[in-house]
Amino acid sequence: MDILAMLLPIAFSLTMISVFMGLCSYSVLAERKVSSWIQGRVGPNRTRIPLVGHIPILGNLLTGLGIFQPAADGLKFLFKEEIIPGHVKVGYYYLAPIIALAPALTTMVVLPFGRYVDPAGVVQPLVLANIDVGILFILGVSSLGVYGIVLAGWSSNSKYPFLGAIRSSAQMISYELAMGLAILPVFMWSSAPGSEYGLSLFGVVQSQQSLWLIIWQPLSALIFLVAVFAETNRLPFDMAESETDLVGGFHTEYGCFKFGLFFVAEYAHVIMGSALFVCLFLGGWNFLPGIADPWSDNVFGTVLSVLWFMSKVFFMIFFFIWVRWTLPRFRYDQVMSLGWKILLPLAIGNLVFNTLIIAAYDHFTRN
Amino acid sequence: MAKTKVLERKPLTFAEKTFIPQIIGGLKTTFGTMLKKGVTLQYPEERPVIPNNYRGVPTLVKDPNGREKCVSCQLCEFVCPPKAIRITPGEIDAEAEPDRAHVEKAPKEFDINMLRCIYCGLCQEVCPEEAIFLQDIFSLSGYSREEMVNNKAKLYELGGTLPDKHLKWDKKKAAESAGNAH
Repeated sequence: MDILAMLLPIAFSLTMISVFMGLCSYSVLAERKVSSWIQGRVGPNRTRIPLVGHIPILGNLLTGLGIFQPAADGLKFLFKEEIIPGHVKVGYYYLAPIIALAPALTTMVVLPFGRYVDPAGVVQPLVLANIDVGILFILGVSSLGVYGIVLAGWSSNSKYPFLGAIRSSAQMISYELAMGLAILPVFMWSSAPGSEYGLSLFGVVQSQQSLWLIIWQPLSALIFLVAVFAETNRLPFDMAESETDLVGGFHTEYGCFKFGLFFVAEYAHVIMGSALFVCLFLGGWNFLPGIADPWSDNVFGTVLSVLWFMSKVFFMIFFFIWVRWTLPRFRYDQVMSLGWKILLPLAIGNLVFNTLIIAAYDHFTRN
Repeated sequence: MAKTKVLERKPLTFAEKTFIPQIIGGLKTTFGTMLKKGVTLQYPEERPVIPNNYRGVPTLVKDPNGREKCVSCQLCEFVCPPKAIRITPGEIDAEAEPDRAHVEKAPKEFDINMLRCIYCGLCQEVCPEEAIFLQDIFSLSGYSREEMVNNKAKLYELGGTLPDKHLKWDKKKAAESAGNAH
């Protein structure tokens, strides 16, 4: 019994990591496919795995959709020659991709991705660690990801990576503020005094059973979305990379698997950002606004809730990709002025406004 | 002088200043493109349609009766701007074509160096016998310089037979049998 209690969390974690890494590689594929469709191309459609790829109709369909492409992409990164430029600071140079990836993978520990009903009839989240300060944990750990970029830029010891890293850290600082302030009203509403959930993400999802927060708090949602785009270094905010003016930004000097790690880290951040947005504003696994939880209480209902949550996450990932191939990159000063002059005041205004409403609500309902 | 019209620039409305309607418009555009069929031609399997007047690799053609049309007048050799064509004139084999031998000539060797050729089409334009044509072959490659020189056999193989409006040699023979050789 003791051994089981020790092994089960490890098994769960390994499962989650493998699912998450699989999602990362398939979001790379999604990025390639969606970008090619948006540009009128066909995208990767040649990679074929023996046996599975040669099933009469299904094999051709899967090959055409590029389903086997992530394997080829990953193997390519693994088998490439390991080149280390002479001018880098070797130890930190190796450390940077690991530091970039680790926070992105760590945040998934507190991410609830479904719900089950325990024998006592209480709804419980499917999550590795349902800690009370889930959102704080995610905010804290995910912003550590910038250290990977800064370290990469600095240890590469050449100007373009350095500029990319500087920009990225400046951008991170600017948008972190707006992001935190945008989430505050959400938690002010969802974890009112006396509520049992606190700052956990499960609580936020449960509080959206009747009304999704994107309808209730559209301004917060918008600010948070923009800030997530900036935090994940996605276009239109990919200041760290901006391949047109900084060659490749922070990963200019990186190749083979180290570059692959950066790549996976970017998509891990995208998935985490999407999942977070779904949890906070799109009602998590709640079915539709107004129809909270039509799933049954048994295992089947649990699976359905996970699937519904995943489909929302997939939509958000698609949205990330869609925006990337629609909007051009901002100029660096535009990013800064958007962050400091528009988003931050808006977020503060939103916070004050919500505080006043809550105060008024409390005042009038108390009597 | 044409009159210029000065357009009035309206100040941006509040919605336009937020850029959100524009962003949504852009998202609509890209989504619309996404649903459309791609324009990619998957090259080795799908080939582009080559128009009739395309100037591809120069080739030698035969007339519908299988006779060589080139009479090795060497006009193409002289007109060729990059000097890609080299012709060695020769006699027609009297055994194979007794009636044409000693009347016309034929090239003994006909080399077109495709590393020099600029696909200008002057050889086709200048040829009095309509024997050389730039046809639809657009991709050629080789592993050595020698391989890139098309010799006579290769040129006829690439060229094949084209429909001929004149059939010069048949007319000539008909005229001769009617007793009016010239």
